Parts: sequence; structure tokens; C-alpha cells
Amino acid sequence: MNPGCRPWLRWALWAAIALLLLILPFATEALLGRSWVRILAVALLFVMLALGLNIVVGFAGLLDLGYIAFFAVGAYSYALLASPQFGIHWPVLVLLPLGAALAALFGILIGAPTLRLRGDYLAIVTLGFGEIIRVLLNNLNRPVNITNGPQGITLIDPVQIGGLSLAKTQEFAGLTFSAAHNYYYLFLLFALLTIVVSLRLQHSRIGRAWEAIRDDELAAAAMGIHTRNLKLLAFAMGATFGGVAGGLFAAFQGFVSPESFHLIDSIMVLCMVVLGGMGNVAGVVLGAVLLTALPEALRYIGPLQQRLLGEVLIDPADLRMLLFGLALVLMMLLRPQGLWPVRRKSQTAETADVS
Amino acid sequence: MSAEVLLEARGVSKRFGGLAALSSVSFAMRRGEIFGLIGPNGAGKTTLFNVLTGLTAPDAGEIRFAGKRIDGLKPHAIATCGIARTFQNIRLFGSMTALENVMVGRHLRSRTGVLGAMLRNRAARDEERSIRERARELLAYCGLTGRTDAIAGDLPYGDQRRLEIARALATEPLLLALDEPAAGMNATETTALRALLERILGDGITLLLIEHDMKLVMSLSHRVAVLDYGEKIADGRPDDVRRDPRVIEAYLGGTFA
Ligand SMILES: Nc1ncnc2c1ncn2[C@@H]1O[C@H](COP(=O)(O)OP(=O)(O)O)[C@@H](O)[C@H]1O
Ligand SMILES: [Mg+2]
Repeated sequence: MNPGCRPWLRWALWAAIALLLLILPFATEALLGRSWVRILAVALLFVMLALGLNIVVGFAGLLDLGYIAFFAVGAYSYALLASPQFGIHWPVLVLLPLGAALAALFGILIGAPTLRLRGDYLAIVTLGFGEIIRVLLNNLNRPVNITNGPQGITLIDPVQIGGLSLAKTQEFAGLTFSAAHNYYYLFLLFALLTIVVSLRLQHSRIGRAWEAIRDDELAAAAMGIHTRNLKLLAFAMGATFGGVAGGLFAAFQGFVSPESFHLIDSIMVLCMVVLGGMGNVAGVVLGAVLLTALPEALRYIGPLQQRLLGEVLIDPADLRMLLFGLALVLMMLLRPQGLWPVRRKSQTAETADVS
Repeated sequence: MSAEVLLEARGVSKRFGGLAALSSVSFAMRRGEIFGLIGPNGAGKTTLFNVLTGLTAPDAGEIRFAGKRIDGLKPHAIATCGIARTFQNIRLFGSMTALENVMVGRHLRSRTGVLGAMLRNRAARDEERSIRERARELLAYCGLTGRTDAIAGDLPYGDQRRLEIARALATEPLLLALDEPAAGMNATETTALRALLERILGDGITLLLIEHDMKLVMSLSHRVAVLDYGEKIADGRPDDVRRDPRVIEAYLGGTFA
């Protein structure tokens, strides 16, 4: 985005983008139906998640395959403290920061013992951590029922703003705001916040230190960067984004179960980061939106086949995975730096030895 | 030159498996001098650098810097004490610009935290501006003015070497340790490097220099030490070291004249 040096043009551009984002749910509803408004809202949650993971993977270069666990921590901390499960109904203004803090704590707890590991090893440990959280959620229903096991937690309180429940349809200025509309605007606010925070962090002393660690950890240490602390910070920051997104997700769905936090979901978020171009905030946003919308769009393939061919030859779910795999392979071949690479990576190979 | 000792190593040893990369090496550097470290390939020069900068823990020995024990400290702590270095195999932050590389060097002399970075408050903005300004000055100081926004990994070899120096200087070191800074440079670049090193010295920074270009190291250094198979076989003024029979033998008529 480079609207030249004329400031009014820049402002006009921003205003146009703002307007577009504001009318997007209504335009989408008119063109594609109500269900797509919901998909928009979910896409914004994934923007938050992908940006959180981007801090860890894209900025600091730490491969985390269990990132969805932080989403789970946020979601369950919200669910447990705002549902009939324990009869506790804390307000969202308490629960979101709490979820963020808890997720950050988990980030540090998992990070502290594992950050000595590099690359593949770190990936395996984080993968294990992600699975442990899911298994715990599945099994913490006996002997004391905390998580309600595989049944999950239902009847989670929606977000209330000034006594107004976002889960209720509202009429305003002749427009109908369904729950999906309401949450879209809330999530938009949070997504924009995470974008701003990501960009500010990236272009700060902290962000530069992360990128230095990503490029050459040893040289970074020799330049006076406390690599362990900064890597922990990356883990904690990424987890915080995940925790907030998790809380919002629980309120939005009104229901959470361990099923939402599988390894495949971690991989999905990682794909968003990689597809968009690791480290590039705009690219990661694009990746998150594309990878949320694409599978949904592919659902139409089934009925389409029915109409054109009279039968469903390829199951849309299979096709989804097939196209997904194909897209990733093509990406690796054609654009290994992502759709929107952060920068041209130089040719100089990294040297492992210290000399 | 004052005789104040800036860095003192005593009995520093390091083994890699069966190989004694450093065997009880001792030496002292004075504040404000250029100290040359020479020796054949594999003599242990780089290993000594790694030990001094905390990248490799020594097996034995004691290192004092500016009156403080630094052996066993982590690299970032040693950098904070005031030792900066460059690498024999250039280790820049390859995907970052030249300017950003130098800005990273300011990390330990700045303090904006996560909150400041997110809020971008007055203090954070001011500090960011001063980091940028200082980095620009250092690029100019090292003759890299035109390279500000170039990706470090794409720079020509000689520029990369000077960028490493600029990045190291950004940490405000008392001691700058250079591992073969002239390697791969042509005659013109080497002349420019010599001028740069003299300028750095003139600005009060002590230099520790590993270099294979004998003309350069012998004419620049106030004193040199010679390593051979991990042992220090000589040290002293360049003219004396040059005539030392053990040194001549170690080099066996190689590049050494
Ligand atoms: N990390 C390491 N592991 C094993 N051997 C090493 C390691 N680093 C250096 N060496 C060995 O130690 C010796 C000294 O190496 P080095 O310090 O790089 O020498 P110089 O810089 O003087 O050429 C060499 O024989 C080298 O192979
Ligand atoms: Mg060497």
C-alpha cells in the first residue's frame, strides 16, 4: 500500500478501508447469506490467533506446533468462569485480561524449560504440550468435574456491553444486527488492536531483537541481547493474543469442548502464518482470512456437483484437504517465503559453528 | 599509552574432545592499545575470542575485564560489560537492513520494554529516534552511508565486514575484538579498514585483532601474541615477535616475513 506522498490520498484510502470494514457484514449478508457473517467473525478470531503465533514463529523464529493450547486456555478460563458449570458469572472485562494472563503464564511455563531446544526439538515439545492440554480438558471431569470432559461446557455467557447482550439481535437505524454482526464488530476492534500491537512491537527495540534472534541467535547474544528472556517474552506475547482470542471464541460460541483444540488446528494457524509470509503482519492477516474463507467456500462444491453432474463425485471435505495440500506444496515450490514475504531473504547461508 | 590493564586472561584452557584448542593461555591487554593475535590456522585464535565473549565456556582459567571476573558469564552480560566482537565467518542479521543491524547493536544501551513499545509513548519514541540517529552516524563512521536500507545479506563482502564493525560499535564497547576483519578484502578496502581501525582507536576503544594479513597486523598492533596449537608461544612488540625463533618455526616460512 503506497498511496504516494499526498497525505489526503492516504487519508482517503484509510477512510475507504474503514467504511468497507464497517459495511462488510451487511454486504456479505446480502450477497452470500447470514452464515457468511459468522464466517467473517471467525476469520477475525483467526487473524488474532495467527498474529499471536506470528510473534513466536514469524518474529522470533521459534517453531511452535502447540499454539492452539493457548487458545484453549483462554477459551476454558472464560467458559469456566462465565457459565452454569460452577455457577460463576464474571464479567468479560475481568475474564479477558484473566484469560490473557493465564495464557501468558502457560506460555512462560512451557517456554522456560524448552527454549534451550532448537527447531525440530522445540516443535516436538510444543506439539506434545498442545496435546497434553487437550487431553487434560478431556479428562478433568473425574474424580472432580472441572471441565465436563468431552461434553464440553455449554451455556457460556455472551459478551455484555452496557447491559446489552451481543448474542441478541438488535435493530438499529433500520438495520438488523444479528449476534454474528455484533461479534463481528467486537472482533474487528480486537483484531485491529492486535494488528497495531504487532506492528508496534515489530518496529521497536523488542521486535528487532526478536528478528535478530531469528536470523542468528548467537550473534544476537554476542550483541548483548538476553536471548532467553526475549524468547520467553515472544512466547508470552503470542500466548496472550491466543488467550484473548480464546475468551472471545468461548463467548461467541456459547460452547466449548476439547474438540476445537486439536493438533490440526495448531497446524491450521501455522499455515496461515506461513502462507501469508512469516513475519509480515499484513501477509499473516491475509493468510488468516484466506484460510478461514477458503474451506467454507469449498462447501459449495458439493451442491454444485449435484446440480451440474447429478451426483456428488468428490466429497467436499476430501477436496478441501486435497486442495489444501496442493496449495501448500505449490507454495513451498513457488513462494517459499509466503504470499507476501516480509523481505527478500539473503542468499548467505547460516553457519552453525561459531567462527 | 597508559599502562592500565583492561583485559587479563590467566591460564585459559579449552578442550574439544581430545583436542586442546587452548592450553593455559595467559595474556594482558592495556587500555588504548591495538593487540594483535596471530597464529597458523587452527591455532585457537577464534576459540579464544569465543571464550572471551562468553560463546564458549572455558574449562579452566580466569578472565578479568575492567577489574571484573567475566569468565562464565553469558554472552549478553559480557557485551554489557563492554566487549563487542565481529565474526570470522560474517554473522550479520541477514534478512534485516544495514541500518537495522546497527540498531540491534543499540539494544543493550536502550531500555524500552513491551509496554513502551505497544503504547509508543514519549519516552519510547524519543529513544527510538536516538537509536536510529546513532545507527546512521555509525554507518557513516564506517563508510556505509549509501547502504542504509540495503539488506545486510546482499551487501558485498567488504561492506558486510564493515557493517559488523558498525554493529559492534553500536554496543559502545570498551574493547572491540575483530576476527580477521581484512579477510576477503582487496587492497583498497584493506587500506580503508586500516584507517577505520586507527580512527576507532583514536576514539578511545581498545582493539583486539586477529588477522592473517601480516603487514596489516604487524604495523597496526602495539603488541602481538602468537598462538600455536592452542599454546601462546610468544608475545611482545611486533619487531621482537617477528624475530622469535619459535614464531618463525611455527610459521615455517609461510606468509610470515
Ligand atoms: N566447536 C568446536 N568443536 C570441536 N572442535 C573445534 C570447535 N571449535 C574449534 N575447534 C577446533 O579447535 C581448533 C582451533 O580452532 P580455531 O579457534 O577456530 O582456530 P583459528 O581461529 O586459530 O584458526 C581447531 O583444530 C578447530 O578444529
Ligand atoms: Mg579463526
